[in-house]
Amino acid sequence: MTDAISVTGLVKTFGATRALDGLDLSVRTGEVHGFLGPNGAGKSTTIRILLGMMRADSGAARLLGGDPWADATTLHKQLAYVPGDVTLWPNLSGGEVIDMLGRMRGGLDKRRRADLLERFDLDPRKKGRAYSKGNRQKVALVAALASDVRLLLLDEPTSGLDPLMEEVFREAVREEQRRGDRTVLLSSHILSEVEALCDRLTIIRDGRAVESGTLADLRHLSRTTIQAELAAPADGLAQLPGVHDLHVEGGRVRFDVDADALDPALRHLTAVGVRSLVSRPPTLEELFLQHYDRTQRTAEVPR
Amino acid sequence: MNTLTGTVRLARLILRRDRVLLPLWVLLLGLIPLSYVASFNELFPTEAGRHGYFAASEHNAAFVALYGRLFGSSLGELVAWRAGFLPVAVGLLSILTVVRHTRTEEESGRRELLGSTVTGRHAGLAAALVTTFAATLALGAILAVGMIAQGLPAAGSWAFGMELTASGWVFAAVGGVAAQLTSSAGGARGIAIITLGAAYVLRVVGDISGIGDGTLAWLTWLTPFGWVQRMVPYGGDHWWPALLAALVSAVLAATAVLLSARRDVGAGLLPPRLGPASATPGLRSPLALAWRLHRGLLAGWLAGFAVLGVVLGYLAAGVGDLVRDNRQLNQVFANLGGASGLIDSYIASIMGLFGLIAGGYAIQATLRARVEETNGHAEPVLGTGVGRVAWLGGHLTFSLLGPAAVLAVAGAAVGLTHGLNTGDVGRELPRAVAGALVQLPAVWILSAVTIVMFGLLPRLAAVSWGALVICLLFGLVGSALGLDDRVLEVSPFTHLPKIPGGQVTVAPLIWLTAIAAALTAAGLTAFRRRDVPVT
Ligand SMILES: Nc1ncnc2c1ncn2[C@@H]1O[C@H](COP(=O)(O)OP(=O)(O)OP(=O)(O)O)[C@@H](O)[C@H]1O
Ligand SMILES: [Mg+2]
Repeated sequence: MTDAISVTGLVKTFGATRALDGLDLSVRTGEVHGFLGPNGAGKSTTIRILLGMMRADSGAARLLGGDPWADATTLHKQLAYVPGDVTLWPNLSGGEVIDMLGRMRGGLDKRRRADLLERFDLDPRKKGRAYSKGNRQKVALVAALASDVRLLLLDEPTSGLDPLMEEVFREAVREEQRRGDRTVLLSSHILSEVEALCDRLTIIRDGRAVESGTLADLRHLSRTTIQAELAAPADGLAQLPGVHDLHVEGGRVRFDVDADALDPALRHLTAVGVRSLVSRPPTLEELFLQHYDRTQRTAEVPR
Repeated sequence: MNTLTGTVRLARLILRRDRVLLPLWVLLLGLIPLSYVASFNELFPTEAGRHGYFAASEHNAAFVALYGRLFGSSLGELVAWRAGFLPVAVGLLSILTVVRHTRTEEESGRRELLGSTVTGRHAGLAAALVTTFAATLALGAILAVGMIAQGLPAAGSWAFGMELTASGWVFAAVGGVAAQLTSSAGGARGIAIITLGAAYVLRVVGDISGIGDGTLAWLTWLTPFGWVQRMVPYGGDHWWPALLAALVSAVLAATAVLLSARRDVGAGLLPPRLGPASATPGLRSPLALAWRLHRGLLAGWLAGFAVLGVVLGYLAAGVGDLVRDNRQLNQVFANLGGASGLIDSYIASIMGLFGLIAGGYAIQATLRARVEETNGHAEPVLGTGVGRVAWLGGHLTFSLLGPAAVLAVAGAAVGLTHGLNTGDVGRELPRAVAGALVQLPAVWILSAVTIVMFGLLPRLAAVSWGALVICLLFGLVGSALGLDDRVLEVSPFTHLPKIPGGQVTVAPLIWLTAIAAALTAAGLTAFRRRDVPVT
């Protein structure tokens, strides 16, 4: 199957700011793809380039087999977009906005609209200015999810939703996923959401993709924490490549080890003699923090 | 915590945010009248010359409509009279400043952010009012000092300055009240500007009646513009109208504070209503969306132009009577084409005024697209199958055809009322409508300049208002400024034929329309190529 989105070497600058700096991203048709990164990493900018709202300085981007800038209007009929900052027209009701955006996209599934309104517990008669933040978000979500499109571009779609509504959103995305022909690009800061929904994910930082793959791949790429009680002092452990944050207290050692250095490290331990051993895979939070934290990379270099 | 805590801090914030804009209009409006002194001295160096001009202008309805009544022929009086449009300009800018720092702030949510810090609940309103009061006071002082420096009497100069200041105060306070009434900045600006327009119309009707039979002259006493012009700088130097204006400003400011105490941050006094649960079948195109966004504005302008047209058209016949009753004047105007020529020139100059005002509407309607972009409303629409040209086209329909509609209505209103007065609607109606519509090409130039700015330099799109200011200055005060003709020709309005009465020349209309079309195309192309949104 071809990729719904493929981006290579994308660069976008705003004056002195380099918002995207050689970004690569590929999203397969039919998958829900998580798009993560710290604030200001360039997620929204990427989505806007994919929408043809902004033009990249260099690099290539393909969307549903077309050029996002040149073929914008044709492509837009096959996708739905939920912006990161949903603002509504103060004098239009939520229902009017949902219908209007749906029609401009080329059609709305009436039954799904009614169903989503019900599930999201949204009153479509309120005027834009009367909605709370979460309810504004719901208007944009219903408009997007009720459209019959091939691709959903969702920029932090659940910001402001309460946990109950967050669950409704997840269920709705799972329904899209089950159909198999819909692709979703989901930018998010909510790790549990990404874990629950995404088939694959890409982490970006400073406008560059730092990691991409399934959650299992990512887990594999990151460090495991090892705690062991040894028969004798473990000399030479600190010198092993891929071993970090080593703490030694008599016969007890604790350290983090890169996935590909796990085997030599364990050999080293068994050579000394292991009395007890606990190994813990990284939590999701640790996984992300490791990729998000700017200071960590630079701190790593001297080792 | 006091309800005014933080006022000084907020006032400083306003001064910082407006550090360019505020000094610019204060200086510009404060210094413009200085140039009149020189040009009047040049045009009429002698007392006799001035008196001749006075006699010809005192009963000229077009002049009285634009500038107000003229009571004396001294240099100072002529200058102050000729600056009669400035109180309106000062009032307008005061309204815009106050609304910008109250309701706009609230609408954008910045007010809430500030309100959560140590800031009293009335501090925002108070800071906006105090800053604007101080700015217009400075404007008056600059004007007075400048006039004294030109050798005019001190007492009259201070009264002249105070005339502008007092107008600024009243309308700043009007802006403060309007900002409490609706929850949108656009609505607040609308209410305040309609009030300003009504005050202007009352002044015009009162003054024109004053030079005629006088039955409606009392209307002048209902409007702040009437009061401040009754200060008669250099003539009577009355101070009590300024006192009256100050008192009314204080009452209005207090009302604004009271209203603001009764409502929540972000809300207006008028409660929101529920809308329809689903859209009508027609709401499916960018044009339909633009209609929803523009129709209120359009209706307001149509109503305003209709009223203004009826009033000014009604007064037209009186302009002729006035001359017939006065043999001396009759002779002065004989070479202008006698009574009917005078009426024609009155109507033609009204149409020029309509054209300039419609230019304001054209710019406002075009900038609506920019408002949509900065509010984040453009993005979801452009994310659908709607292309950029179609999206902008929806707004441009209103910025190009909206002025056509309001001008047609104004022309029809003038033609009908004047025609009913003279008993010859068949003659007056088409002439007046033609006189109004002939303004369109120049109005379109203003739309087109705004479109170019929106496409090329979106962050500076609001600078397009400067184009209207230039046209206003050149049109209303240009000849008095003694500017070179070639400079004046920068304003598209100077190229328009004066209809009715004048020579109908089609060439400039075609040229202006072609230029407007080219600029519009350039603006659209630039918009298609740039990033959206630029915030
Ligand atoms: N229109 C713009 N003009 C100037 N700079 C911009 C503009 N849009 C984005 N930037 C800058 O580009 C960088 C990337 O911004 P972007 O909005 O894409 O980040 P993001 O990953 O979506 O962040 P967040 O998680 O906070 O939404 C930031 O440094 C931002 O300041
Ligand atoms: Mg973002």
